[in-house]
Amino acid sequence: MWSLQRMLRQPLSRALALSPSRLAPLTARKFADQVQAQPDNVELFIDDKPVSVPPGTTVLQAAAQIGVEIPRFCYHERLAVAGNCRMCLVEVEKSPKPIAACAMPVMKGMRVKTNSDLTRKAREGVMEFLLVNHPLDCPICDQGGECDLQDQSMAFGSDKSRFTDIHFSGKRAVEDKDVGPLIKTIMTRCIHCTRCIRFASEVAGVDDFGTTGRGTDMQVGTYVEKMFLSELSGNIIDLCPVGALTSKPYSFAARPWETRRIDSVDVLDPLGSNIVVATRTNEVLRILPRTNEEINEEWLSDKSRFACDGLKRQRLVTPMIADSRGNLTPVEWEEAIVAAARALRDCPPNKLLAVAGELADAESLVALKDLVNRLGSENACTEQYFPLEGAGTDLRSSYVLNTKIANVEDADFVLLIGTNVRFEAPLLNARIRKAFIHKETDIASIGPKVDLTYEYIHVGDSASIVKDFATGSSSHEALKRLESAKRPVVIIGADQLKTPEGPALLAYTQELALRLQDKLADKEWKVLNVLQRTASQVAALDIGYTPGVGKYLQDGPKVVFLLGADAGVVTREALPKDCVVIYQGHHGDAGAAIADIVLPGAAYTEKRGTFVNAEGRAQQTLPAVTPPGKAREDWKIIREFQIPRFCAAWIQRLPATRLMSSVHLVGGRPMLRLPVRGAIPAFLGTPTSILSPNYVPDCHSSFATR
Amino acid sequence: MLKEQDKIFTNLNGKETPLLEGAKKRGSWQKTKELLDLGSEKIIEEVKKSGLRGRGGAGFSTGLKWSFMPKNTSKAYLVVNADESEPGTCKDRDISRYEPHKLLEGILLAGRAISASVAYIYIRGEFYNEYLVLKKALEEAYKENLIGKNACKSGYDLDVFIHRGAGAYICGEETAQLESIEGKKGFPRMKPPFPAGVGLFGYPTTINNVETIAMVPDILNRGGEWFASLGKPNNTGTKVFCISGHVNNPCNVEEELGISLRELIEKYAGGVRGGWDNLLAVIPGGSSVPLIPKSICDTIEMDFDSLRAAQSGLGTAAVIVMDKSTDIIAAIERLSHFYMHESCGQCTPCREGTGWMWRIMRRMVAGNIKPGEVDKLLDLTTQIEGHTICALGDAAAWPVQGLIRHFRHIIEERIVT
Amino acid sequence: MKEKEEQFSFTSDNLRKAKKSIEMYPKGREGSAVMPLLYLVQEQCGWVPESAMRYVADMLHIPHIRVYEVANFYTMYNLKPVGKYLIQICRTTPCWLCNSEEVLNTFKKKLGINIGETTKDNLFTLKEVECLGACVNAPVVQINNDFYENLTPEKVENIIAELSSK
Repeated sequence: MWSLQRMLRQPLSRALALSPSRLAPLTARKFADQVQAQPDNVELFIDDKPVSVPPGTTVLQAAAQIGVEIPRFCYHERLAVAGNCRMCLVEVEKSPKPIAACAMPVMKGMRVKTNSDLTRKAREGVMEFLLVNHPLDCPICDQGGECDLQDQSMAFGSDKSRFTDIHFSGKRAVEDKDVGPLIKTIMTRCIHCTRCIRFASEVAGVDDFGTTGRGTDMQVGTYVEKMFLSELSGNIIDLCPVGALTSKPYSFAARPWETRRIDSVDVLDPLGSNIVVATRTNEVLRILPRTNEEINEEWLSDKSRFACDGLKRQRLVTPMIADSRGNLTPVEWEEAIVAAARALRDCPPNKLLAVAGELADAESLVALKDLVNRLGSENACTEQYFPLEGAGTDLRSSYVLNTKIANVEDADFVLLIGTNVRFEAPLLNARIRKAFIHKETDIASIGPKVDLTYEYIHVGDSASIVKDFATGSSSHEALKRLESAKRPVVIIGADQLKTPEGPALLAYTQELALRLQDKLADKEWKVLNVLQRTASQVAALDIGYTPGVGKYLQDGPKVVFLLGADAGVVTREALPKDCVVIYQGHHGDAGAAIADIVLPGAAYTEKRGTFVNAEGRAQQTLPAVTPPGKAREDWKIIREFQIPRFCAAWIQRLPATRLMSSVHLVGGRPMLRLPVRGAIPAFLGTPTSILSPNYVPDCHSSFATR
Repeated sequence: MLKEQDKIFTNLNGKETPLLEGAKKRGSWQKTKELLDLGSEKIIEEVKKSGLRGRGGAGFSTGLKWSFMPKNTSKAYLVVNADESEPGTCKDRDISRYEPHKLLEGILLAGRAISASVAYIYIRGEFYNEYLVLKKALEEAYKENLIGKNACKSGYDLDVFIHRGAGAYICGEETAQLESIEGKKGFPRMKPPFPAGVGLFGYPTTINNVETIAMVPDILNRGGEWFASLGKPNNTGTKVFCISGHVNNPCNVEEELGISLRELIEKYAGGVRGGWDNLLAVIPGGSSVPLIPKSICDTIEMDFDSLRAAQSGLGTAAVIVMDKSTDIIAAIERLSHFYMHESCGQCTPCREGTGWMWRIMRRMVAGNIKPGEVDKLLDLTTQIEGHTICALGDAAAWPVQGLIRHFRHIIEERIVT
Repeated sequence: MKEKEEQFSFTSDNLRKAKKSIEMYPKGREGSAVMPLLYLVQEQCGWVPESAMRYVADMLHIPHIRVYEVANFYTMYNLKPVGKYLIQICRTTPCWLCNSEEVLNTFKKKLGINIGETTKDNLFTLKEVECLGACVNAPVVQINNDFYENLTPEKVENIIAELSSK
């Protein structure tokens, strides 16, 4: 496996020699020692328009700069140049043959003609050849409407076929491959662009795809039946320019023009990948990546892409209260809220506990903390533990990815401590792999030996190694490399910190990072990174939640408010018998199972919510569909406990944008100021809080009429 | 007419032993050290002076090709192309099995010229016995320290390895060959970068044909001027012609470039079967070049420029002779099938186009086409030609173009209405 | 297809040869030795089974698919078992001009098999191939490693007789 990786490094650096700018990340900072003397730009003419670009730029890229789009199938800016589809052929003056714009570096004075007869004839020729053996089954093809071949044939396809041989020998038919439950293959449609092959070998690092046979019999596939076992596999669906690779769960579900697309943010891993939620008739049909160079580029992990079917299953659709026999029974909102409010009101402040789960948005986190605080308690914590020894969570830099996701690819040495990045944050792993392949970054890991898709130095799996590294007493090669690195990165997995040696591990890691940081010439570079496991954790810590439930559980709480806390950290066994568990969340998961009162909330596709990703970036999800049944946006539910009675209706009408506009980044830390506290309009009269002892339920409350 | 003493390949018929003892008698390895001592620049200069053009088909100036190699490189490779697969061509086979030491000495000298440290001979897989001879010769050369560390005591180190192909015409294309040596399928690479910049294993590489390389020792021994005095200006020296098909005595023969086709066939191959007037057409340079009908054959001279002027090419100088009994459409249909079979499948026009062309050709043989389809076929060839990564697309298009250019009447007569 | 599942491994002699083949290529580029190693496999088994491809891939530390690709791309690797004598008849124009079809038909008739088939006694497999590169000696047939040149139907009969009696 490893020698393969080395092999891959070389041809790609060959590609690098071809077009350095192709591989340069658009967002990468330029570091002092990286800035080289800029060679003079090359001037060329595209359709008689002058354009000046750095040497090594390809004709296709140069054309893009002045808004001339050259058709292509095989070319993809994030993959090595293959140059095999020939769709991007353009005429260049003084060249007898048209040249492939995707692969040809610009030359001084070159005169490119993208509109000439020669160019058009070349493209039409290629298009005709592509269609010769293409089944043209567009009416039953899931790619229909978002198919590159379809689109480009509108421009370069002929209105009638010259392929009369279809009447004699027919078209080529290719056996479909079974590559697993996520990707559907209809290989007869394949136009052999090899994007999937290149993605698998370059980005995903799972070299399972290839071409077998040759000439007209060439097939793209795995040769032997094999699952495409990559956590990034779904991306080949997006990459495939035709309908050869489509999404199996989404097959025959909808046409792209029937769907509504809402830009949103993923919450299933800590990176906050940007997504597009495609919906129809209030149903999430699929999730696609949305380009964000600083986070997910244009990729998406399979979990984030394919988990959306779960949004329709096992949902909490109505408030519930446990009856006398302990069975959860559907009730009206009013009843559930009142029951929960009474429990909260009657609970001694020091016996009250709020636990935030993995998927909680910042708004509901703030609302919940406010509620708890207002009741006189400070007991707001998260499920995920983080050591509070030392600096604890006072300094934000001690619990986020300080280097930032995109900058990881500029690192020259990466040390991973107790983290399997490949599964904890697949796209961060893809970044590390990118650095490994394109920038010769080396990686070392302390922790269990796992397949990270790239070669790394496995230092060992004992926590004591970190101590040796921190004190400099280790003579391991990895430490030497780390110490001599100009831009080292240390990433520690937050999961590792819940072990008894967690605090020490974190302390030594911080010490190591500090030692490295002090030596750096580039003072802007950040060494220490903590990779949280969940989408909610950074926001929760920002807001002031205590990480981990441990000590609070020991205090024997009387009321526990679980905000989507489903990780099984709080169990019935750990609680006193008479403890009331209020669960608010969207799925009937572990938390709901132990609850006395269930308040159905909204999933990330159903609400406008702020999430702060592992690198501390606040982003917002947008509602793509409405919550099912009686479920409601989470912060609104919590507010019901706190808002004076009359105000409930008022805040309902408050535009959500107004709420979001009050999210301020203060020192990189989102501060939420909800427009409620002390801001009740006078004309509403003296409000009666739902928490006040003299509150009487009102059947005309906003909940009843929701 | 080539004089006996000007012949380079004196054992082309294999009458004598190919091994070291015989080779030395024939003049190999005599002044190798002195030639190596000339140094890179002088060797290249001499080869440039000789006007030697690549014998593999493209006819690019060898000296110029060598001069493209970077001077200060940590490592450079020489690859010798013995993947002879062009239909009609079988000269490299005979050079490899009968004159292996000419080749090895040439490799050493060429390697010195481009400062290569390793040379690979890429021999086609089917040539198993030829591979054994070459291997034996290489072992002899190593044993006598003619090749290896401090080769011929010149202080120059060159290792030579033989890599066997395994049945892929495309690996005769230079960059596909590099891929094949790297243990991959033979997909030609895009150029630029050219192999002289980024070649085998990422290092500067020169790829030369067996015949080209095997001519180098004689050129250096006898001087570039001697070689340039043979043949015609810009088409200098001798060339091994392979004459096959409808001739009385098919053979490989070394002659001066510029010899007339008729003389070549009549003098060495015993003439066309049934006499010159029984000639229908000739493919003058291997399957990839367009055929020429008898009218052109009557006067054509066999060199790069004359054949190009006749809208054909010298290619590998494989002369395929077809007499009047030949079904010329079927002859070209077989070539179309060849190109379809040998297309690597990498780029669209060739992958889809060669198959389509063959299907039309197959129907054409039976006359099962519509009149307009001849023009369509011609149009298809232009859609393939020049639109692919490597020249296989061109090579597939040209024979068909040649057929339509010269024998359209036969195609049209055959159409069954 | 049970035999496919069997694990392949080189004989100690072939293992030595394989190591020597690997040495032909620069350090770090051992993966280049796929082709010679597949030849060794074919020498040992007569064909190249899938398990052997994986064995070669693992030996060279390259992904399995890279070996599948190579074995599929080059026509000389037999991906299915063949008879003791693999008869490859050149079908390309120079041989065809010299009556290669007659040679092919003689083989077909005498062996009673079609192209791509193997005789019942597992002795002969008939294959049509593109240009073998011995055009001045057309028509040409390659049987295992050897070329049989300037063939006529009579010569073909003799060859079959000779090989059958071996």
